[in-house]
Amino acid sequence: MISAALALSRPGFALDVSLALPGRGVSVLFGPSGCGKTTVLRALAGLERARGHVRLGEEAWQDDARGVFLPPHRRPLGYVIQEAALFPHLTVRGNLEYGLKRIAPEARRVGLDQPVELLGIGHLMDRRPDTLSGGERQRVAIARALATSPRLLLMDEPLAALDAARKAELLPYLDRLHAELSMPVVYVSHAIDEVTRLAHHLVLMSDGRVVAAGGLADLMARLDLPTAREEGAGVVLEACVAERDSRWQLARLAVGAEAPGESTPVSSDFHLWARDHGLPVGSRVRVRVLARDVSLARLPQAGTSIGNQLQGTVEEIAGDEHESLALVRVRVGASPVVARLTRRSAHALGLAPGMPVWVLVKTVALMP
Amino acid sequence: MPSFTAADWQAVRLTASLASLSTILLLVAGTPLAWWLSRTRSAVKPFVSAMVAMPLVLPPTVLGFYLLLLMGPQGPVGELTQALGLGRLPFTFAGLVVASVIYSLPFVVQPLQQAFEAIPERALEAAATLRAGPWDRFFTVALPLARPGLLTASVLGFAHTVGEFGVVLMIGGNIPGETRVLSVALYGHVEALEFDAAHRLAGGMVAFSMLVLVSLYVLNRPAGRRGAG
Repeated sequence: MISAALALSRPGFALDVSLALPGRGVSVLFGPSGCGKTTVLRALAGLERARGHVRLGEEAWQDDARGVFLPPHRRPLGYVIQEAALFPHLTVRGNLEYGLKRIAPEARRVGLDQPVELLGIGHLMDRRPDTLSGGERQRVAIARALATSPRLLLMDEPLAALDAARKAELLPYLDRLHAELSMPVVYVSHAIDEVTRLAHHLVLMSDGRVVAAGGLADLMARLDLPTAREEGAGVVLEACVAERDSRWQLARLAVGAEAPGESTPVSSDFHLWARDHGLPVGSRVRVRVLARDVSLARLPQAGTSIGNQLQGTVEEIAGDEHESLALVRVRVGASPVVARLTRRSAHALGLAPGMPVWVLVKTVALMP
Repeated sequence: MPSFTAADWQAVRLTASLASLSTILLLVAGTPLAWWLSRTRSAVKPFVSAMVAMPLVLPPTVLGFYLLLLMGPQGPVGELTQALGLGRLPFTFAGLVVASVIYSLPFVVQPLQQAFEAIPERALEAAATLRAGPWDRFFTVALPLARPGLLTASVLGFAHTVGEFGVVLMIGGNIPGETRVLSVALYGHVEALEFDAAHRLAGGMVAFSMLVLVSLYVLNRPAGRRGAG
């Protein structure tokens, strides 16, 4: 459990947040540029001095009431920023060992081998930072942070300086981070794609304040938050692979299934057909259903290319960024699905909360 | 190569020890000063910077004149050194060292300061998050990254001390083995119309300066083109 209350004011900017982040998984601080998310991360690291407190579990890193403020080098954390900030005068190995050397041998839980293997940088060990690509530099920076056996990993937009291809190259490594190391991560981002891919817990920030905080699925299903106005707005659902259709290369995903076991789960909210990415039956996956890929109908549709048709109930209707658009949340079983429609369509269908409706899902993005 | 006289060699040795000792003291005093100047937001920074830069604009004789007054028997520094039992500084080797350190200060502090200013804050912050304390960060990140500046500072501090004349004449005079450095010895040869002897010293100093500067530029080439480094 990470708890923090941080306040500071600068000309033209005031920060006042209080955070309670889970002690495991990835917590993403999400918000537009200048909303203060980087300042929060820096204050957690002790690089920025804000008023308040920062606690990791029982341990106080900062507590103004008791006059406690640990400088950054006394906080057991890893910190990765956008520019990697590798030491140019050291080789990759020298960079990795820089932090490791400063950890007492009995406090080393991670070491060098695991991060090197995890981030696939074994072949780069004798290279100089200026000979690495942006993606390689960032992988080395992450491994360097991990080698200090941190109890908290802070990442400030580690993908922002990379092009789409390098981003795609690095994302699987980030997935493996929280899968293989049980280390809480606080991740700053302004890209909704990264949020839906990586986050377990989400903190939405705006103008130096926390707008909302909670589980990713809960927040992504809310229509009153800035995330719903994003082009990439849509719900994130937990599912598991229930069946694979080898003839059409499709996989049937059981959404909202509780038990991830080997067998097909007993209870699930509904099924979605998605492209088969080769994951075995029983695999746990995260499914992203973009609001713009969801249509609504009063009756089940025949003669349509859309393979996923689900029966649900309208829960809430809200205006969207543009006057012409509306967001509609439909409950299918216990899981929410959000649709983005024109207001004219919503009016023509006579949508109202409580109304039964058919949900047509065109595309589903599957994230292992 | 024409041979140096024993007196010439004495001047060479004296100059070399004066320049070496001054450079060491300059690096010891100049590095923390340059670090402070590169990182401070203090209101007194412009005044400190101006004090450091003074020898660049003042005629050496002006500097030497005031140093002579300060270090003389009635000057505050002179009274202090006498009270401490160190005797008087003017017309001694020690006095020359003190004067050289002050005179060459900007040549050491300014390149160091520029090198320190060029170190991105994020490199030092990265070191901090990798558990390096302030001293640790300074020695393992700041100094290695400032290496070209450190080299430039050493070479300029040394070479500038070798080349000083006005301050030496004011503070040190022309005492063989104590204060008669190369530049003063050269001046003596010229005054005595010993042009051959003057050529030996002057030509030697031109060759020395050229050698030093070429090595500096070779060593300070960007790391990328030198391969490793």
